[in-house]
Parts: sequence; C-alpha cells; structure tokens
Amino acid sequence: MSIEITMPALSPTMESGTLAKWLVKAGDRVEAGDIIAEIETDKATMEVEAVDEGIVAHLLVAAGTEEVAVNRVIAVLAEEGEDANAVPAGVGQDADMSGGEADPGGPQGGSVAAPARTQPAVQEGDSGAAPAAAPGRPLAGSDAAGTRLKASPLARRIAAQAGIALPGLTGSGPHGRIIKKDVEAAIGRAKAAPVTPSDAGRGVGADGLILPQLLDDRIYDPESYILEPLDGMRRTVARRLTESFMQVPHFPLNVDIALDRLLTARQGINDAAPDGVKISVNDLLIKASALALMAEPDCNASYTDRGIAYHKSAHVSVAVAVDGGLITPVIRDAQTKGLAALAAEMKDLAGRARARKLKPQEYTGGTFSISNLGMFGVKSFGSIINPPEGMILSVGAGEKRAVVDAAGQIVAATMMSVTLSCDHRVIGGAEGARWLAAFKRFVETPESMLL
Amino acid sequence: MSDFDLIVVGSGPGGYVAAIRASQLGLKTAIVEKESLGGVCLNWGCIPTKALLRSAEVLHLARTADQFGLKIDKADFDLQAVVKRSRGVASQLSGGVKHLMKKNKITVIAGTARLEQASPAPRVVVTDTAGQDTGYTAAHVILATGARARAIPQAGLAPDGKLIWTYREAMVPDALPKRLLVIGSGAIGIEFASFYNELGSDVTVVEAMDRILPAEDAEVSAFAHKAFEKQGLTLHTSAQVKGLTRAEDSVTAELTLNGQTEKQTFDRVILAIGIVGNVEGLGLDALGVRVDRSHIVVDGFGRTGVPGLYAIGDLTGGPWLAHKASHEAVTCVEGLAGATDAHAFDASNVPGCTYSHPQIASVGLTEAQARETGRKLKIGRFPFVGNGKAIALGAGDGLVKTLFDAETGELLGAHMVGAEVTELIQGYVIARQGELTELDLMHTIFPHPTLSEMMHESVLASQGQALHI
Repeated sequence: MSIEITMPALSPTMESGTLAKWLVKAGDRVEAGDIIAEIETDKATMEVEAVDEGIVAHLLVAAGTEEVAVNRVIAVLAEEGEDANAVPAGVGQDADMSGGEADPGGPQGGSVAAPARTQPAVQEGDSGAAPAAAPGRPLAGSDAAGTRLKASPLARRIAAQAGIALPGLTGSGPHGRIIKKDVEAAIGRAKAAPVTPSDAGRGVGADGLILPQLLDDRIYDPESYILEPLDGMRRTVARRLTESFMQVPHFPLNVDIALDRLLTARQGINDAAPDGVKISVNDLLIKASALALMAEPDCNASYTDRGIAYHKSAHVSVAVAVDGGLITPVIRDAQTKGLAALAAEMKDLAGRARARKLKPQEYTGGTFSISNLGMFGVKSFGSIINPPEGMILSVGAGEKRAVVDAAGQIVAATMMSVTLSCDHRVIGGAEGARWLAAFKRFVETPESMLL
Repeated sequence: MSDFDLIVVGSGPGGYVAAIRASQLGLKTAIVEKESLGGVCLNWGCIPTKALLRSAEVLHLARTADQFGLKIDKADFDLQAVVKRSRGVASQLSGGVKHLMKKNKITVIAGTARLEQASPAPRVVVTDTAGQDTGYTAAHVILATGARARAIPQAGLAPDGKLIWTYREAMVPDALPKRLLVIGSGAIGIEFASFYNELGSDVTVVEAMDRILPAEDAEVSAFAHKAFEKQGLTLHTSAQVKGLTRAEDSVTAELTLNGQTEKQTFDRVILAIGIVGNVEGLGLDALGVRVDRSHIVVDGFGRTGVPGLYAIGDLTGGPWLAHKASHEAVTCVEGLAGATDAHAFDASNVPGCTYSHPQIASVGLTEAQARETGRKLKIGRFPFVGNGKAIALGAGDGLVKTLFDAETGELLGAHMVGAEVTELIQGYVIARQGELTELDLMHTIFPHPTLSEMMHESVLASQGQALHI
C-alpha cells in the first residue's frame, strides 16, 4: 500500500501553511527521519520528516504553494516492493477530499474543493514565498528585477481600486495567477479583520491588513526610495502591534532599580559556574520577572471576552530583534528553571530565532513579555503589549547615577529604569505597582531569588 | 484490489470525456453504456440537429439565391435524405467515440448499470442485453447518465412517440408535419421550430414565460422574436397549453392565449418543456445520494458526498449543454486523480448557444441579472448592419451586445444574435476566463473583414467609441 504524507500542523491553532520547498523529488528513496520538505508559517520555517521509508511516488503540492490546509495530502510514498509509477496520485487526494472534512451533509454546503481549500477564509499571512514583484506599482507587469507578477488585468484593476497590494496574495488561477476571486477574498479579509477583537488572542494567522496607500508618486519620486516588499513576519508584526496598540488600553509604570548587588551576584555566579555556563543580566531579569509573577499572580493574566485568564505558570516571552522584524521566543515555566538551564535555553532560542528556525510553539503561549534595549544605551522606553499577555516590561540601560542613599548621602550607584506597560482591562495601577515592587525587590536583593 | 481505478456510467460528452481524461492520467478506466457510445449529444442531440439545421440553412440559401445574383429554378428537399444525412453524421461520430475508447485503452461495458453499497466506492452492477448481471469494483465511480425530455402527463403533455414528440422523434420525421406545435421556447424548442419552419411547416410556438428564449438577455429575446415572426413563425408568449387531445393523425391543443382559451389542431406536437435527470434505477436512494428535483447535488468537483461517487453533466443540473458536461468531466477527473492543475467547475462562464436561424449565443450575466447586482453598467451594442462581412454574407440582421462593470471594466456578459454567433462567442468566453477588461479588448486587433469585428465594435460602443456606427 502507498503511504500518504499530510501537511503537518506546526501548532495547535495552525490551519494552513506554505509548502516552501521540497527537498525530495518523485523517484527519490526516503528513510524514516529524512527531511523531505520545508514548511513556513509567518514566523518560522519547519522541516517535515518522513515517518516511513519508501520511494516518493507523487508530490501533490507544488513548492511555494501558500495556504496548504493542515492534513491535506502533500505527497505519496510507494512502499517497499511497490512500483512507484503505479501508485495513483489520487489515492491520497481523494481521501483528503472526501474524508477528513466535516462536510458531507451536502457537498455544496461544504464545497470542499481541494484547490479551493488551499485558500480558505482565514490565512493570508504566510506570504514568505510571495512573488517579489514591485508593490510600488501594482499595475506594472514586473518588478525591477524582472520577476513577473502573474495577475489578471481585472485582478490588477480591482486591487488598485481597493488599495490591495498584489504581491503577497496567493494566486488561485493557472500557474498561480492572481485572479479576481483572490483579490476579492483579500478585500473581504481586510474588511473582516478589524472587527474581530478575539483575533487578537490568536497566536499567528489572519492577516488581512489593508496596506496604506502607496506613496504618492507626485510627492515622493519612486526613484528616491527603495520599496521593500512585506514578508509574512513583517505583516504579522504590523498587524498584531497595530491591533494591540489600538485595542488594548495601555498604561505605563516607571521605577528605578539599583543594579549593583545583582551585578555582584552575577559575577559570583559566573565565577563559580563550570566552563561554558555564563549567566547574563537579562537571564537574571527573566528569572526575577517570573518570580515576581508568582509573587503577584493577579498580574499573570490575560483579558478575554469570556473572562480574565489567570495563568498558573510564568511563561516569559523575550523580545529578540531579528532581520526584518521581531520575534518573542518563550521561556516556559521560567519560575521553575535554574539559572544555568534558563541561560542555555535563552541562548538556543535567540540563536534559532535569528535563523528563523523557531517552531510556533516556541514563540507563542507567553504570559508576560520582557524587552531590553539597555545594550543600546536607551535610558527608558515603553513597549506595546504582546496580546493576549497582560504586561510587558521595558528594560533600559544600567548606568552609574548619583543617588541619595538611606543615610542621606549622595553616592554613585548603578541604576536602571524600567517601564511596565499594563493592559488596564486586567491590571489595575495598584497591581502593577505591587508587581514592580516585587520585581525591584528580587533584583535589588538577588539572594531572595534563591528562597 | 478493485477491478478499475474508475468506472464511468454513461458515454455522452460528459462520460466519454471523463474516461479519456482519466486514461490520460494513468487511471485504469471502464465506461458503461446501455445504448450507443456518445450518448444523446452525438446520437440524438447536438450533432444530428446541427446536420438537420445545416440542410435547412442550405435550403434557405438556395431559395434566396436570387439575392446573391444566382438562379436556382426550384430548390426543394427530400426529407428522408435530409434525415438520412443527419443519421449518417451521428453514426460517424459515434464510431469516432468507439475509436477513442479503444485508443485510450478504456474498457467499454455494454449494459445498464446500478450501484450497490461498497467501499471505497459503490460497486457497479451491469445488466447486459441477455439480462445477465456482472459486478465491477473501482476506486471511483462517475455517474454521467444524462437527462431526458420532461413530460407533464397530468396535462396530457406526455410524448407518445407518434403524434406527440420529444427531440428524439422530431429528429427522425417520416413526413413533414403541415401544422406543428412546439411547446416551450428554450434552445431545443426554438431549434426545431426554426428547422421545420424552414422546411415549410406551419409552426406555432407556445411559451409560458413572457418572452421566447427566457434564459437569454431580454433584448436578444425580443430581437429573435421579431426575426422569427418575419420568417412566418407564430409565437405565443405568456401562453399555456391546458391539454392535448389525440385523434387518428392529429392533436387538438387547448391553449390559453391572452387569458382566452381556444382550441387549435396540429398534425404533430414537439414537447420541449425542460429536462429531467436520469436518476432512476441507479440505486441512489439506498446510497443516500442527494437528489434535488431529478438532479444529483454535487460540488465543484462533482463529488456527491458519498465516498468515491461523483456525478457530472446533465444529471447534475443545468445548463444542459454538452460542453458543460465535458468540462465538468475534466474538473471531476482531475480532482479525483489529484492532478496538479485541478480546478473546481465554474458555472458562471458556460456559453449558451441556440442554432436556430438566426443563431443566438451568450455568456455571463444578462442585463437584468447585471442590474440586480447593483453595479453601474456600461453597455455596448453593435448591429450586423454596420459590418462589411455581414452585409457581404447577406446576413445584415443581428446584434452584438456587451455588458461591462463601469468601474472595474469586467466583461459581465455578452449576448449575440445573428449569423455565426455561436462560432464567435468563444472570444468573449476567453476574455472572461482570462479576466480581460474592456481596455484589453479595445486594444486587441480584430481581423478585417470578419464578423468578429462586431465584437470589437460592441466593446468600443460600450465606451462611446464605436467606429462604424
């Protein structure tokens, strides 16, 4: 019997993704564990491993196809002793079409056309493989590099009229041509997106961002700037931050924290640590944040329409700047982790974040965020909350300042300013202040983190 | 292991195309046919009627030879020879399908099929001419059993094969009826009305709707109405046939015309009041196949909701056209075979053709339908009388009408009446399929002198830029 390989779900909420690349071709022999394809979501590239061994009989989804529905059959393997040429491609396809779907009350209601399902209502964000054509000129046939943008004349005109950029749309016409239906779907999503507050709670997904009108050629000469097409990450960051800034009532709380004892403690820890283990200030701040969340559990909360979710564990999202955007890998159960383990995990996550190799479950599911721009010398700043988290801590640079000590003397101390942005729907001023006090206590008396 | 990858039931333009495409995709395929390969289209529909209509057209030309400066003393016809030619054309093409099946290594099973519950697809049981049953299994089964003329026996509107005909008897007349009643003015009714009128029958058409060819654009309907009346056809719209009473060699029809009931006597009657799907005897109930008013309910890939079972063509509902069936065949087979370019059937771009004299052809929305969408329209009209080729052909009676969305330039619909429009319409179908806008069509060069120039002019006219009117 032939073996079907289906589109994997990279996260529990994933509905579809982009089949970025095939690493095998029909006729290739694969062993269990071989990497056969790369799947992209808006934030990560994932490798698909073969579970069984066999000969690749058919690749059913072309590389670069966006919005391939989860569980759709993407390839068929011929088993040992089976003639790969004799394996019908349709075996898998049909199972996909008449099986899995919740449909058959009536085929029309379900309308479960396989190709149609590759662009269902929800996702458009996985546009990593979008044709790199010039978004600056939606009516032009190609970009500067000469890459042809395939779109029907009607699709081009409707897109121009609606202010939708064609690159980034998935073409459902022949050879991936963008047709009227695709543009209308994008317009529909763009209209639907802003009125779904619950969408903010979704980890990744629905894009539907209407792009701002292009720069007016009469005011900004197109030769005077370089237009960089949006990729999936950029779109997702833009959409989520816009939603957060517009929908979440933010308020900031500031506090100055003395760092000297933490720095001394860090020195001692690193001196005593075995080779290869090095704890950063940031690692200590992550740990302190997690402990403060445990100390003030009211602050480890998410606003939802059904009620406020109080998280039992501290999953700390750490903002990492990467080429072309921002990603927040999550240290799960940070309150339970020893510093060495935490530091090692952070190093691994940050490295893979920059290589865009994080799995979705590694950058979703945080309950609190921390963003540190101290290394750039920023004194203090406020961040935008990463929904559905309730708070984000912005960490400024540690610097020597003249402070008045307990005895009334002016002394030099290493100080840092932090700003806590809170979602006022879940965090009151007093709760936020109590959390900051707890955080300050852990940082200023680092030994207490050992308790 | 199944006997076949695919079994197709019915070998009309849906079924035989499905079988060929499946074979091309490497599926081991069988086709079941209870009569002649090619189905109604080849044997009793499109093809033989076109042969008949061609005879009528040539006759018309011969009779109007003097308009071309020619002298033909007496143009006449031999009905038996006309019918014989039509049958010859049909059997030639049926033979062609047989050859295609052989060439594509498709197993042809003669007999009547019914389905039995099985997995992964229903089992196909075929009863051959000797009454012997044989069961076949396949991974997929496509039903393409077609449709037949609708009858309303309660109103006496039931064919008897002798005085009251369907298209089938109308195609093989033994004698020319002097007075002919055609009930229904859709494509089938109008084509036969046009044919018999040309041969000299006194033809009356009764249509229940307020205009003939009710599926067409109202302007084209009205244009055709006038043209037919000029040729001597009697057309009654908003009229009903209350009953038919058969005598020895005539039929008396009780007609309601303008609210008045009157009786008229005819030699023959042709029933063209619609189509019903051939859903009986297939065992659909037991399988739980959804049937809505004699047609199987399917999605864009012909899937019925019963695993492994598909339906295409007339069986799945209108428009009841061979090219619709053939296209559904391809979308269905490519879908089930997982072909890379598989796409769902799009019912919005099926051209309609009526091969009467004059011909009628259309695609997309009618003006009324387009207005219902609330869009702002730009409408182009170009008459045949403004076209050199049409005048040279002696075919100056006709109209090309185009409808565009004023904002997006989308070609919403095209409607044509006149000579050869059934050959022209594909240009607009391609334009719609490729989503060309009015500008693309305006920028296209049309050859001169051709009838196709009118298609260009109609588009130009929609923008107020027609050159020859």
